[in-house]
Amino acid sequence: MKVGLFIPCYVDQFYPGAAIATLQLLEKLGVTVSYPKNQTCCGQPMANSGFEHLTGGCNELFIKNFAEFDYIVAPSGSCVLHIKEHLHSHEHEAGAAGISSKIYELSSFLTDVLKVESLPSKFPFKVGVHQSCHGQRGLHLSQMSELVAAPFSKPHSLLKMVKGIEIVPLSRIDECCGFGGTFCVAEEAVSAKMGKDRVEDHLSHGAEFITGVDMSCLMHMEGILNRRGSKVKVLHLAEILNAD
Amino acid sequence: MHTETKDHAELADVFNKNEARVDWHDETLWWIRQKRDKAVNHLPEWELLRETASQIKDNVLSNLAGYLVQFEENAQKNGIIVHWAADADEHNNIVLGLLHSKGITKMVKSKSMLTEECHLNDYLENNGIEVIDSDLGERIVQLAKEPPSHIVLPCIHKKKEEIGDLFHLHLGTPAGNADPQFLTETARQHLRETFLTRRAALTGVNFAVAETGEFVVCTNEGNADMGAHLAEIHIASMGIEKIIPKRKNLGVFLRLLTRSATGQPITTYSSHFSKPREGTEIHIIIVDNGRSKQLGREDFRNSLKCIRCGACMNTCPVYRRSGGHSYHSAISGPIGAILAPNLDMEKYADLPFASTLCGSCSNVCPVKIDIHQQLYKWRQVIVQNGYAPAGKKAAMKLMSLTLSSPTAYHIGGKAGRFVMKYAPFAVNNKLNLWYKQRDMPEPPKESFGEWYAKNRKA
Repeated sequence: MKVGLFIPCYVDQFYPGAAIATLQLLEKLGVTVSYPKNQTCCGQPMANSGFEHLTGGCNELFIKNFAEFDYIVAPSGSCVLHIKEHLHSHEHEAGAAGISSKIYELSSFLTDVLKVESLPSKFPFKVGVHQSCHGQRGLHLSQMSELVAAPFSKPHSLLKMVKGIEIVPLSRIDECCGFGGTFCVAEEAVSAKMGKDRVEDHLSHGAEFITGVDMSCLMHMEGILNRRGSKVKVLHLAEILNAD
Repeated sequence: MHTETKDHAELADVFNKNEARVDWHDETLWWIRQKRDKAVNHLPEWELLRETASQIKDNVLSNLAGYLVQFEENAQKNGIIVHWAADADEHNNIVLGLLHSKGITKMVKSKSMLTEECHLNDYLENNGIEVIDSDLGERIVQLAKEPPSHIVLPCIHKKKEEIGDLFHLHLGTPAGNADPQFLTETARQHLRETFLTRRAALTGVNFAVAETGEFVVCTNEGNADMGAHLAEIHIASMGIEKIIPKRKNLGVFLRLLTRSATGQPITTYSSHFSKPREGTEIHIIIVDNGRSKQLGREDFRNSLKCIRCGACMNTCPVYRRSGGHSYHSAISGPIGAILAPNLDMEKYADLPFASTLCGSCSNVCPVKIDIHQQLYKWRQVIVQNGYAPAGKKAAMKLMSLTLSSPTAYHIGGKAGRFVMKYAPFAVNNKLNLWYKQRDMPEPPKESFGEWYAKNRKA
């Protein structure tokens, strides 16, 4: 099994720790992983701003970098969803379609492909789990509170394998953090208020760490936490699953 | 509302100046969302109901012309007079013409978002007709000279103390009295006089049944019935998309509507109007006003499935924290943001961007409109039609060039992290909207790509 590691651009630049943890975790689970060094971005920042027509360059590059792999794994629900829904190519449409069907967000790759049932990790802290919208409502990583349907959660099922962890309950289990890509600056007032409210829910329930499958939401909440001088830290799911 | 110069972000910024009020607004609407959750979880068949409703509406939208003609024929057989209006002006003219023909100068109106869309009240008042809104929430915003901020809960943005002040000013209640029971009773007495003396009543239409020619109006206050039953002439305004094929379909829609809207099992009054009483007239005005254009937009046509429950507003984390008026459109919230650009793409170019695309709206929608997908698609259409700000266009082009080239990306990333580390004032300032309420991420000493090159064999 040849697995290509896709590290979203802002994770590469700002959160290498989340990427390293993803790589180490996959290696620990016996997967051979390679990281194509010419990768950049999935194109979502342009597309969500209404400029999907400018994503051709990113799309071609993505196909070139990842077409050869059996699976593509990324520590991000949002970027994976974008690739699944919007990766197209005039010249290599078959390649694009192939990628859309073999790209996985990390937690679903662990639960659905590797079928991980136990992990050697240990993390004796109180953790709040943020459900990132694109992973949850787009990739169905967890059941959604709006639907009348049986509950499940892939990230939670993995976190439960971690020794010593205590997952804190939240008042609003799947409300958006307000990041939303360019929304965070275009709609600064609402975005920041959403972030503050989301962080408050975790803090009022005693979380020492906030985790999730998307570093973008965590980056947003980290910005709020640091501004208010909180000691609470954000960690990508991979960093907790890889902790020992 | 005079908001031509302000877009959603600016209006939301104003709304957010009072954080305690934002919290109150958010919690009030979240409470309604929770009531909705509780109600729908009593029905194990909820998702099947949504799917059924969605499919019935697919059928309606695919055969709309046929159903409308069938409805007209059956309504006429029942003695209802049917009018067709291509747009808001035609609709408003028809209403005025009917009132003039009867020598009527005062009308009572129950809730109709279509008449808000057509700005009927302003038009009639400019033509010497007095209109009194009989829905309590609508009456409150009418007294306040404001548009409704929510399609189901028109005055949800107002606190009870503010309503007390309005009633003191307009209805003579004692100053400082904000007791909801007392204020409601006052409104009731005031409206009773209106109902008894108005010769004309206008109502909206929730559902128009093609096979029977009848229409159904849903209210909790019975105000549509009070108006219509006492008036000589009942005018009902409906958008072309309000059609359902059969009476039995009501069993699906009436179960979905109020559970989604407020968490009630059904509206207190679901009144069927099929023929006029002796000596009275019923007129139906069937209005297009851009709907057939929307029907022709493949990506957006199923927005016409909307049954106006408002669930997407109550669940929307942006709506809850920006208020209905920030959408500067008759219909606010996520559904308004996908309907409005069809009417005026330039004026409402900002609305599809007033969303994080979280997708909660699509999940609560009782007729399964893919609202957040349409928000994404409208963004593309708006940019393609040239309504993106010039600065944004330039920034996106630069971003696209950088991200399409691994070399440019690596150089840019390194330079960016270098600046953040050694010249943080370049990013931590007032020009950076992120920094206003959030700290910037700490720049790491190396990117993952750089780490990988050192720690793993290529």
